[in-house]
Amino acid sequence: MTAAPSAPQRTPAVPRREVRTLRTAVGADPARGVFVALALTLAIGWVVVALDGGQLLNQSSVVSLLHVATGLGLVAAGQTLVILGGSLDLSVGYVVSLSTLIAAETMNGSDSRIGPAILLVMAVSVAVGLVNGFLVATVGINAFIATLGVGLLLKGYLENGYDGPAGSTAPTLVQTLGYQRVGPVPVAFLLFLAVAAAIWFALRRTRYGHHLVAVGGDAQVARLSGVRNDRVLILSHVLCALCAGLAGVYLASRLGSGAPRVGVESFYDLESIAAVVLGGAALAGGRGGVVGTVGGVLLLASVDSVFNQLDVDAFFKQVVRGVIIIAAVALYARRRHRRHRERNGARS
Amino acid sequence: MVTIRSETAESGGDPPLLELRGITKAFLDVRVLHGIDLDLRRGEVHAVVGENGAGKSTLMKIISGVYPPDGGSVALDGRPVSFRSPRQAQSAGVGIIHQEFNLLPERTVAENVFLGHEPLRRGLVDTRTMLRRTAELLDAVGETSFAPTARVGGLGVARQQVVEIVKALALDARLLIMDEPTAALADHEVELLYGLVRRLQERGIGVLYVSHRLVEVFDLSSRITVLKDGRRVTTVPTARTSQDQLVRHMVGRELAHYYPPRAEPGRADEVRLSIRNGANDRLRGVDLDLRAGEVLGIAGLQGSGRSALARAVFGVAPFTSGEVRLGGRPVRLRTVRSAVRAGIVYITEDRKGEGIAARQSVLDNALLAGRAVFPRWAGRAARTVRVRELLAAVEVRAAGDQQEIRFLSGGNQQKVVLARWLALSPRVLLFDEPTRGIDVGAKSAIHDLVRRLARDGAAVLMISSELPELLGMSDRIVVMRDGAVAGELPAQATEEDVMGLATGAVRGEPR
Repeated sequence: MTAAPSAPQRTPAVPRREVRTLRTAVGADPARGVFVALALTLAIGWVVVALDGGQLLNQSSVVSLLHVATGLGLVAAGQTLVILGGSLDLSVGYVVSLSTLIAAETMNGSDSRIGPAILLVMAVSVAVGLVNGFLVATVGINAFIATLGVGLLLKGYLENGYDGPAGSTAPTLVQTLGYQRVGPVPVAFLLFLAVAAAIWFALRRTRYGHHLVAVGGDAQVARLSGVRNDRVLILSHVLCALCAGLAGVYLASRLGSGAPRVGVESFYDLESIAAVVLGGAALAGGRGGVVGTVGGVLLLASVDSVFNQLDVDAFFKQVVRGVIIIAAVALYARRRHRRHRERNGARS
Repeated sequence: MVTIRSETAESGGDPPLLELRGITKAFLDVRVLHGIDLDLRRGEVHAVVGENGAGKSTLMKIISGVYPPDGGSVALDGRPVSFRSPRQAQSAGVGIIHQEFNLLPERTVAENVFLGHEPLRRGLVDTRTMLRRTAELLDAVGETSFAPTARVGGLGVARQQVVEIVKALALDARLLIMDEPTAALADHEVELLYGLVRRLQERGIGVLYVSHRLVEVFDLSSRITVLKDGRRVTTVPTARTSQDQLVRHMVGRELAHYYPPRAEPGRADEVRLSIRNGANDRLRGVDLDLRAGEVLGIAGLQGSGRSALARAVFGVAPFTSGEVRLGGRPVRLRTVRSAVRAGIVYITEDRKGEGIAARQSVLDNALLAGRAVFPRWAGRAARTVRVRELLAAVEVRAAGDQQEIRFLSGGNQQKVVLARWLALSPRVLLFDEPTRGIDVGAKSAIHDLVRRLARDGAAVLMISSELPELLGMSDRIVVMRDGAVAGELPAQATEEDVMGLATGAVRGEPR
């Protein structure tokens, strides 16, 4: 042996054990950001509205804010799942519209048909979700194109069959889901929170949740670890469509009838994605959480509420929303970038 | 519970943990493994060494179920096995730690360790058990510097490596393959890995340790198998060999290929490109002179900074400090665009990923750089004529210049890439593995082209992992190691000289 080099003798410094038991990796960090933004929006909005001679958080405006949040929130909660998995769903707006019609037409004003109506909505939603999931996960079509295509398909059906409201929602459902409140909080908003909580729990405590984040984070890593990526993605698309269906039932209760254009006019497809991204999720998947999405939804609804009270021009409102979304995502991107650099610095 | 098996040392009669007999493998028509025999005992660290392309990685992928072998047998504990997927190999107790990590940076250590087989209680993921078992496994390998709840992306590379190992152990791995485990590690981190490997050994786990770094091999292994050109040269007990002997085993082969004649001495004198103290996060203190008319070979192991050097000059990942002069004048090469405008071109080693636009035509590919960097260059018609001439001159064989480039052979794709850059009349050419994945005939053609370019006055830097190619083509050879220049060798150098510098065996100083 030539002068055999020996291993370095230096003892490595042992850093202290990282203690972060409560915060898991998912959703902790960016979610906080969106709630800070929400608080700021409400505070600034309150001041501005007060200067204008109004009051931002009066009973009726809070109620309407929460109603706006409920419709968008139900859709966005489902959207969170597909985005976490690295996919997305552009057909949700049409699923919402379709669901209002199925619900209202099946009920046709009769309380006794609530059960069948909801079951039918669920069945159709599951079917749409299965088609989306099959196209994305099994056939391997880009999610943008696949779900856009399915959405256009539904759009064709809706525009061919309906030019205005149709059917009539059961009165009981209108009274409860549509208008009942606990103080200023609509029952429907509680339903949204329940759905969000269920998704939060699923992400943390079910194999499906763990696998979903893995598939979105790195499909190859997931596959090599024994995750069945296609099943996970298909299930996510089904759950996403179910959430959209639920939003449809809620809107049918709100409006008293089926509305063929409600999903599209509310921009649920793009706004739900915006809410998820505002909540700190990565569009590429693997990072984010439903808590952030709730924050994103409330933020968008609050901005809406402030502008409504100020009677701001609708088009200008869109401009501001656009600015907010871009600014938020740019902020996240910067932070990611910095963290990435730090990590690479540690590498060399 | 921690289910690391600790089998007691057996008396001779027991079958080895792993036994390979006559493993062969070919890709397309190229045989990459010719009847490899290898065995691994429980609690043994068996090192596998060889040059780039010797077949180490292919062999490891066969053992871990990524590829099936074409011939030969694999036996675990004396029982024949044939894995069809990594998953099957995992459940039989074969774990592999790849060079690139298979981890999710956004998830916690425990979530990564148990991904795909999360423990359940009443149908739900049993987070508590997951954390406890991860903590136990971390303790078992002597790692106490981070918690199971730490985010993997926040850990250093060495600790991520530990997570990888623990992930394999969580699947009850009895045989662990480590493919270049120290490639990404700093010195003190390597030491952590040493301790870990020894602890695995004590637990009766067999380790196949693939590495270029002979120092590590001698520190850790009890036996060493040398592979060369897909054949096993020898298997020796570590105690009965030396680094010199190993290097000879790794490189000993005859030069059969014809290389074009070198530059006449004295012709290459004008320093075209000079680097002084160039550094960035992959390189440190690089001094280099590249003369007009010469072919300067750059040797080194994977990860030694060869490509990083070329990419720094080309402005992909620029130097962050130091000075670069081109034709005597200082230049700032902060972007690829500025490098190209200065007359520097880079022929990438990753032809598929960075070299060609697969679905575009041969002509579009050849025009790509000119169009992008010199929009008004020569006028459309003239430039097309020029590029067509070049395509003919480098003898691209295609069904026509409108054919999509992905249908061409690797050699012809490389010629198109070359034509793209030659169209810009470059003064400095940086070749990174110019003949990788190219058949013998096209190889000679490219060698001739490279030499002709130098003879016509270009300054050529050529990176190659193939030592015969490097020795055959270069007028001088610079060897890199760990991001710095390890030394310079004349054209008459031998493979032993190069490998000695590249592995650090020659200097013999502690890493």
